[in-house]
Amino acid sequence: MTTLAKRSRSLSPAPDKPKRNGGLRQLGDLKIALLFIAPAMIGFIVFYVVPTVRGVYLSFTEYSILGDPEWVGMENYTAIAKDPLFWNSLAVTGQYVFLNIVLQTALALGLALLMHQVAKSTIIRGTLLLPYLMSNVIAALLWFWMLDYQIGVVNQFIEWAGLPRVAFFGSEAWAIPTQALINTWRHMGYTALLIFAGLQAIPGHVYEVAKLDGASASQTFRKITIPLLRPVLVLVLVVTVIGSFQVFDTVAVTSGGGPVNATRVIQYYIYQRAFTESDFGYGSAIAVILFLILALVAFIQMKFLKGNESDLD
Amino acid sequence: MTTTASRAPLPAATSRRRTFNPRRAAAWALLVLAIAVSVLPFLWVLRTALSTNNALATNATSLLPAEFSFGAFKRVFGLQTAAEAVAEGGSGAQIDFWLYLRNSIIFSSITTAGAVFFSAMAAYAFARLRWKGRNAVFSLFLGTMLVPPIFTALPNFLLIKNLDLLNTMLGMVLPYLFMTPFAIFFLRQFFLNMSREVEEAAMLDGAKHLRIFFQIVLPNAAAPIATLALLTFIGQWNEYFWPLLVGSQDDVRVLQVGLGVFKSQSPQGAPDWSGLMAATLISALPVLILFAAFGKKIVNSIGFSGIK
Repeated sequence: MTTLAKRSRSLSPAPDKPKRNGGLRQLGDLKIALLFIAPAMIGFIVFYVVPTVRGVYLSFTEYSILGDPEWVGMENYTAIAKDPLFWNSLAVTGQYVFLNIVLQTALALGLALLMHQVAKSTIIRGTLLLPYLMSNVIAALLWFWMLDYQIGVVNQFIEWAGLPRVAFFGSEAWAIPTQALINTWRHMGYTALLIFAGLQAIPGHVYEVAKLDGASASQTFRKITIPLLRPVLVLVLVVTVIGSFQVFDTVAVTSGGGPVNATRVIQYYIYQRAFTESDFGYGSAIAVILFLILALVAFIQMKFLKGNESDLD
Repeated sequence: MTTTASRAPLPAATSRRRTFNPRRAAAWALLVLAIAVSVLPFLWVLRTALSTNNALATNATSLLPAEFSFGAFKRVFGLQTAAEAVAEGGSGAQIDFWLYLRNSIIFSSITTAGAVFFSAMAAYAFARLRWKGRNAVFSLFLGTMLVPPIFTALPNFLLIKNLDLLNTMLGMVLPYLFMTPFAIFFLRQFFLNMSREVEEAAMLDGAKHLRIFFQIVLPNAAAPIATLALLTFIGQWNEYFWPLLVGSQDDVRVLQVGLGVFKSQSPQGAPDWSGLMAATLISALPVLILFAAFGKKIVNSIGFSGIK
């Protein structure tokens, strides 16, 4: 998911090779270029372009895998608008996304500042990255065990602290915060490393000037560090929001949408409609809506937070 | 990861700061806490995997395994009879993590090899060849990164189903085999920054693009290609959603999906915690090994994120 940042830079055209031999040569390159690009192009068309078009088409049909898709126009969308489970999934996912933004960004920013201040060693950075390299399934099961109500070690600690045990996965109030905590655990170090890289890129002389001008530590942080970090923070925000909206694995392995509807997040609901209930048209329509939400989120964040402009230039 | 010694703070440089600084001490304390939170869960998994379920129930907090035993590992590798497994708190259902391990290795290796190789070819065309529409096509490729995987997963599932490839390894690897937008971007960026001199000299000698690509570009880009392969492999290893849709049957089931199945089979009320943690550890182990061997490469690749 480091990819969004790269996009902004990479969309600028490649530096052109000095023109030699004129048109003939270009034609020669086109032929060989087609050869080089052919496999990737097949993958691009068959598994990205066609499914995107087909996904939109399916969202206007009723399709249960058997037989052919039957065109129903806007029916799926009007049904979704009246579907309390859909609105619930949207609310639940929104809650999850919000918790992730707050927990993950705050913790990662703090951690990055700590690393920047006291420890720049690769070992420490690597150690903090370890959870991110684990799959969602592993992260989910590991915490499913540690947070178990009966004999999970976290609840033992809670009891020693004189507090009542918490049903992390079993209570409706805790179900989503628990999922967000698992995701935060997995992403905290990674996000911190992204921010750390941004901190490293701020030239030292900026701080020296601030020091000479008698700026306090908190002034330096608010007036220099945060503004200069903005592109990185926007990137982190975009990555966090877009990633969190697509939460599925941890929910599927642990709570399976429950208790009641507490963790039936959007992608899990799509999965259930399409694969458990064989309602591909309906599932596709929700997927289209998810797609639009994500595009909107990325657009807003890039547009209004100006994520691809740096104050350093 | 042999850099401990050289990366430790230089004594000379820091000695004047060695007087006790409460802010620094607090910063270190918080950092140590973050490291503990990142690492200790893995030790807890190991400790649990080496325990027996009966002892776990009565001894939930001992740092050492409660009643040391390899039973959990035997169970997930299918080396216990159903009766033995049930006696130790397992479900008794047939489970074979050797098979899932093999499937995961096949799935991740094939997709990584294909995606990296074909993406390198495409990246070469985007970075080195001149042709009309090059930048437009490149932007289109990158645009696919915005499409959420769930969106294409549904139609792709139908395609694989129509091709009669459900529950085959081919059906599982196909969507990843030809390229990933990230790999193309990553390598194109590297090729653009590579010196052209050797390639131009070879071209003057009459070498064709295919030869230049295989004999000059690929060897020169061995390091970033290795990093990319590493990142791709770990990503594929951790893939869950697509293998869940397409490879639900035992003979193609990968570890992540196997873990989910094992968890759902585990007896309700009294889950097979030691078995579950043994299985989790087995699924994590290959990545942990890669991390131990190439951790520095992985960490440094995070710097490659296009952030100025």
